[in-house]
Amino acid sequence: MTDTPQLLQVEALAKHYPVSTGFFKPRALVRALDGVSFQLDAGKTLAVVGESGCGKTTLARQITMIETPTAGLMRLDGTDIASASAETLKRMRPQVQMVFQNPYASLNPRKRIGSILEEPLIIHTTLSPAGRGEKARAMMARVGLRPEHYGRYPHMFSGGQRQRIAIARALMTDPKLVVADEPVSALDVSIQAQVLNLLMDLQQETGVAYIFVSHNLAVVEHIADEVLVMYLGRVVEQGPKRMIFDSPRHPYTQALLSATPRVDVVQRKARFIARGELPSPLDPPPGCAFHRRCPHTIDRCKQQVPELRMIGSHLAACHRAEEI
Amino acid sequence: MALLEIKNLSVHFGSEKSPMIAVDGLDLNVEQGEVLGIVGESGSGKSVTSLALMGLIDAPGRVSADVLKFDGRDLLRMPVRERRAMLGRDIAMIFQDPGTTLNPCFTVENHLVETLAVHEGGSRKALRARALELLQQVEIPDPSRRLEAYPHQLSGGMSQRVMIALAIACNPRLLIADEPTTALDVTVQAQVLDLLLRLHRERGMGLMLITHDLGVIAETAQRVVVMYAGQVMEIGTVPEIFTRPQHPYTAALMSALPENNVGRQRLQTIAGVVPGAYDRPRGCLLAPRCTYAEDRCHTERPALNRAAHGAVRCFFPLAAASAPASAANATPT
Repeated sequence: MTDTPQLLQVEALAKHYPVSTGFFKPRALVRALDGVSFQLDAGKTLAVVGESGCGKTTLARQITMIETPTAGLMRLDGTDIASASAETLKRMRPQVQMVFQNPYASLNPRKRIGSILEEPLIIHTTLSPAGRGEKARAMMARVGLRPEHYGRYPHMFSGGQRQRIAIARALMTDPKLVVADEPVSALDVSIQAQVLNLLMDLQQETGVAYIFVSHNLAVVEHIADEVLVMYLGRVVEQGPKRMIFDSPRHPYTQALLSATPRVDVVQRKARFIARGELPSPLDPPPGCAFHRRCPHTIDRCKQQVPELRMIGSHLAACHRAEEI
Repeated sequence: MALLEIKNLSVHFGSEKSPMIAVDGLDLNVEQGEVLGIVGESGSGKSVTSLALMGLIDAPGRVSADVLKFDGRDLLRMPVRERRAMLGRDIAMIFQDPGTTLNPCFTVENHLVETLAVHEGGSRKALRARALELLQQVEIPDPSRRLEAYPHQLSGGMSQRVMIALAIACNPRLLIADEPTTALDVTVQAQVLDLLLRLHRERGMGLMLITHDLGVIAETAQRVVVMYAGQVMEIGTVPEIFTRPQHPYTAALMSALPENNVGRQRLQTIAGVVPGAYDRPRGCLLAPRCTYAEDRCHTERPALNRAAHGAVRCFFPLAAASAPASAANATPT
């Protein structure tokens, strides 16, 4: 694996969806993703954290080249993929693969494991059937599946094994980046640990980079190098993992951390519960999107959108980050 | 006297000859005004237990128990009518997914008024006033407008609040919450848990909280029941279970949590998977996955033994001194 720094470069990425609000009404615009920037080095893990509706999945869909962003820059390995031609995109797609949340829905129940794993090779390579089978079997061994699983159907596997199959499928094209959208949230604690270990082992072996989308902060704390906290389509805090967990600057990050249930009494933070729920993305509040739920709101928060700026050691988007 | 007393509860599905045993000889007490946590992985029988309590197991499922008493009254031998009147009034339940438990064809008001009319009755006006009051108690903003709302117009957290309002409508003595926050975001989960605990305190009702999330149990419950493959593995108070687990399974679960592995490269795991319905081991159910298993564990099934602070089902319970971290099977995946 080449050790290229900055595998992925994303700048001011935006995706807006027009939605119909009624027959005679003008179309509204949902800013699902609004000015997201980050860099990811080869072999590293970036965790994207946030609650439902914050734009995590939209971000994943842009990076995997499933959708074309409205604005912004995306460079994968030096190649622009935000506004590239269909041909370039086709060439780049095997570099970025995806693992989905629910392994019960992401595997075709009518296909055997062998053909599930070989399908990416049929699309992206010119390997012979024998060559494909060999590669599939080798990959199965690497993710801890037994050779006899090759001819079985997905329903014969447990959740943890299915997620192994999904991970194997994602790695079939030797991608440089795997986008994992909540890959362990559907699994039990003991199985979750096995799958997380597998993901980390594979990263060490192949040097693949992960974008790890999750709402579970305990998992993120274990697996991530960098963390991106999102709220309503915007980044509210961004930085190295230790900085985010040890000295969170944005009230939303603090709310997330204190809302995460902890087993350890010592680690338990004083409960600060954010009021209310995520506002509608169709009608976002003016100013800071978090101001209606935030305990530190001042007048300025209601009018002016806070910019992401360097506070201490990492980036945060809050007017009062110095005081709180 | 315990509010709810269960002895040897079993739930079987499938044929009589080789039944699928979902719950196997469960003994459990819920005390008056207590928060009891039930924790276990999927397939451990925690949800089936709650469904059996509510009489929601239909044929071909079979429920049997030596004792099933609520407030001193025998649920097994009481007339069906009486039992029906009691369920939903004295024992209420909240389900996991609020999106599928509310009827999409009816408004919030319909839901609440129906429950109140069945169990308490009264004029339409009085029922509506009571419904409004319930929505206020579960802290739904703008309650009078929400009464007219249909379930699809509510967010997940809001729907779960409506479910809670429905459950507490008749002042239950025991509330069973089956994964009440699993489908919700963390900040909303914290709000809903706080609401449940506040209602529990204010009304002195017993709360049976079923979840797979050890963190949720640690922060809310007073006592915990750890289930595995249909059996109770360990019962204990929260501080005891979380600092000095006696059963190897409890200890291994705890050490598989990412938060107990800070600074470690790899997470500690429990090798293998939960046994399926038809391949249960002959001896201790955990034996094939347990690092401490000895010959006896593979041939003989241990009983649930009363211990100092609760009960544990193991021939060789961990010494009180051993730290939970050392108990896990550190086998690579």
